[in-house]
Amino acid sequence: MQFVQNLPFISIIVALFSGSLSSIIGGRKARWINIGMISLVTAMSVAVLVYVLGTGESYVYMMGHFPAPWGNEIRIGVLEGTMAVFFCVVMLLCMIGGSREQFAEIEEGKLNLYYIMVNLLLCSLLALIYTNDLFTAYVFVEINTISACGLIMIKQNGRTIVAATRYMIMSLLGSGMLLLGICFLYDLTGHLLMSNIKEQVHILDQSGQYHIPLLVAVGLMSVGLAIKSALFPFHSWLPDAYGYSTVSSAAILSSLVSKGYIFLLVKIFYRVIGFDVIMESKVINVLFVFGIAGMIMGSVSAIKESNIRRMIAFSSVAQIGYIYMGFGLGTEAGVIASLYHIFSHASAKSLLFLSASGITDASGDSTDFFDLTGAGYRNKLAGVAFTAGSLSMVGFPMFSGFISKILFAQAAVEDTWQLLPTMIALAISTILNAVYFLKTVIRLYTPEKPKVLKKKNYKTIHAADNPAKSVALVCLVVLNLVFGLCSEPIVRAIQQGLDMFA
Amino acid sequence: MDFSNLLHNYQEAVAMILFAIGFSNLLLQKNLIKKIIGLNIMDTAMYLFLAVKGYIDGRKAPIVVDGVQSVEAYVNPIPAGLVLTGIVVSVSVSALMLSLTIRLYRRYHTLDLDEISTRLKKEGL
Repeated sequence: MQFVQNLPFISIIVALFSGSLSSIIGGRKARWINIGMISLVTAMSVAVLVYVLGTGESYVYMMGHFPAPWGNEIRIGVLEGTMAVFFCVVMLLCMIGGSREQFAEIEEGKLNLYYIMVNLLLCSLLALIYTNDLFTAYVFVEINTISACGLIMIKQNGRTIVAATRYMIMSLLGSGMLLLGICFLYDLTGHLLMSNIKEQVHILDQSGQYHIPLLVAVGLMSVGLAIKSALFPFHSWLPDAYGYSTVSSAAILSSLVSKGYIFLLVKIFYRVIGFDVIMESKVINVLFVFGIAGMIMGSVSAIKESNIRRMIAFSSVAQIGYIYMGFGLGTEAGVIASLYHIFSHASAKSLLFLSASGITDASGDSTDFFDLTGAGYRNKLAGVAFTAGSLSMVGFPMFSGFISKILFAQAAVEDTWQLLPTMIALAISTILNAVYFLKTVIRLYTPEKPKVLKKKNYKTIHAADNPAKSVALVCLVVLNLVFGLCSEPIVRAIQQGLDMFA
Repeated sequence: MDFSNLLHNYQEAVAMILFAIGFSNLLLQKNLIKKIIGLNIMDTAMYLFLAVKGYIDGRKAPIVVDGVQSVEAYVNPIPAGLVLTGIVVSVSVSALMLSLTIRLYRRYHTLDLDEISTRLKKEGL
C-alpha cells in the first residue's frame, strides 16, 4: 500500500482535529489554522486525485483491522477525488473572500467558534464524499447539519435565528426519513457497507422478494435527502438563511452543503441500490416533477424579490431543481449533467454571493435593488464578477452554466416522455433567469443621478481596498471560465467516476 | 387482505405509528417545545424499530460468560450499537434545538414560530 492511499483518511482527521484545536485558541489564530487546514486538505485531495487518475481504478481503504462485512471502509474513485478537490477549492475561496465580513459581523469572542464550524463542515463533507458505509454517512449528515446551522446563526439577529430554527426543523425531518430508510435497508439486507448492500439488493430484485419494503426504503432516503438539500417545496428556510447570514456562510451553504447531500444521493443510487433498480422504482419520476416545479417556482420567487441576496438565494432553489431534474431523466447522461451542474452552480453561486457583498458595500450596505443603481461603477471588480456570475447562471456561452444546460438538453433528447417537459422547463427557466439576473446587471451599470449620489453616503471601492476578496473573485471568475471552456476533461472524469461506481 | 403478518410484527407496527406521530408533530406543531418533543418521539420510534429488529427470542447479548460459544446463542450486537449512535446524535440535535428555542424566547417572548415570523416581517430584522 502506498502512502498516498492514506491521504483521504488523514484529510478527514486533520479537518476534525483542527476544529478541536480552534476551540482553545483565539479567533485570528483560528482563522490562520482554518486557511492552512483547507489548503493542506486541498493539496492532499489533489494528490489523491492524481493517484486515482493514474491507476485508473478506485480503491477501498479499510478503517481499523476488520475486513469487509464487519469493518468500516472509505472508498476513493475519480468522482470522489474530483468532488473533494472542488469542494476544498471553493471553500477556500469563500473563506478568503469573506474574511473582512467575518471580522466585522461576528462578535470577537465567537470568532473561533465560526472557524470550528467551518472545519467540522469540511470534515463532514469529505466524509460524505469518501465513506462506503451508510450509517457513517448518516452520522456525518447530522454533523453537516449541525455545523451548517452554526454557520447560519453565528451572525446574531432575529432573522438568522429563525432561519436556523427553520433549517434545523426541515433538516431533522429529512434526516429522520433518511435514517428510517437506512434502517429498512439494514433490516432487509443485513449490511451497512454500500457494496454488500448492493449485492443483497440485487438478489432481492432478482427474486422479487420484499419489493414494497425496498421501494419504501428507496423513497424514504431520496425524499429525506431531497428535503435536506432544499428541493422546491421544502425550501422555506433557504432565503433567510442565505440572505442574512455572513457572506462566507451564504456562499458555503449554497454551493457546498446542499451539494454534499446530493452527492450522497448519487452514491445511494449507484453504489447502494443500483441504478437499474432505481429506474424501475419510479422514485426518480417524483424527483423529476419536483425538480421541474422548483426550476420554475424558484425563478418566479427570485423575480419578485427586491433584496439582492435573497434573490440569489431563490435562484439556488431553481438550480437545485435543475439538478434533481437531471436525476429524474433516469439516464446516465442525465446524472452526468446533474453532476456537472453541481460544479457549475457551486462556482457561479459562490461568485455571486461574494460579488454581491462587494456591490452592497459600495451602496451603503443596502441590499435593496434600487440602491444598487450604478454600483458597477463604484466597485468595478465586484460589478464585473457579478456580471460573470449572472451570465454563467443564465447560461451564456463560455461560462460554466452554458455547458450544464447543453448537457441537460442532450440528456433529455435521449429520452422519450421526458423530452418535452424538460425542454419547455429549460427554456422557461432560462428566460426567467435572464429576467432577474440581467435586470440586476443592467441596474448595476445604469448611472445614478448626481443629485441622489450626493444625498446618499455611497463610497467607491477599488480592488486594492480588499485584496483578499479581489483575489477570491478573480479566482472564481477563472473557475467559471475553466468550467465553461474546458468542459471535456471534466465530463470525462465524471463519466469515468460513474463507471467506477458501478 | 392478510393481517396475520401485521399482528405478528406488531412491535414494528407500533414503531412506525410512533414515527408518524413524531414526524407530524415536528412538522405541524406551532409550538417549538412541542416540535422538539415530536423530534424525540420520532427518534425513539427509530430505536424501537432497530431494537425489535435486532432481537431474536431466546437469545442473549453477545457476552461470553459461561463458556457458550455457539453463534445460535447470541444476537447480533450491531443494531444495539446503531441505537447508541442514534441516541448520541439525537441528544446533540435536541440540545441545539433547545438552545435555539431559548434564543428565540428571549428575543420574542413567545414559542409560537408563526407569530415570530409575522413579527419578523413587521420589524424588518
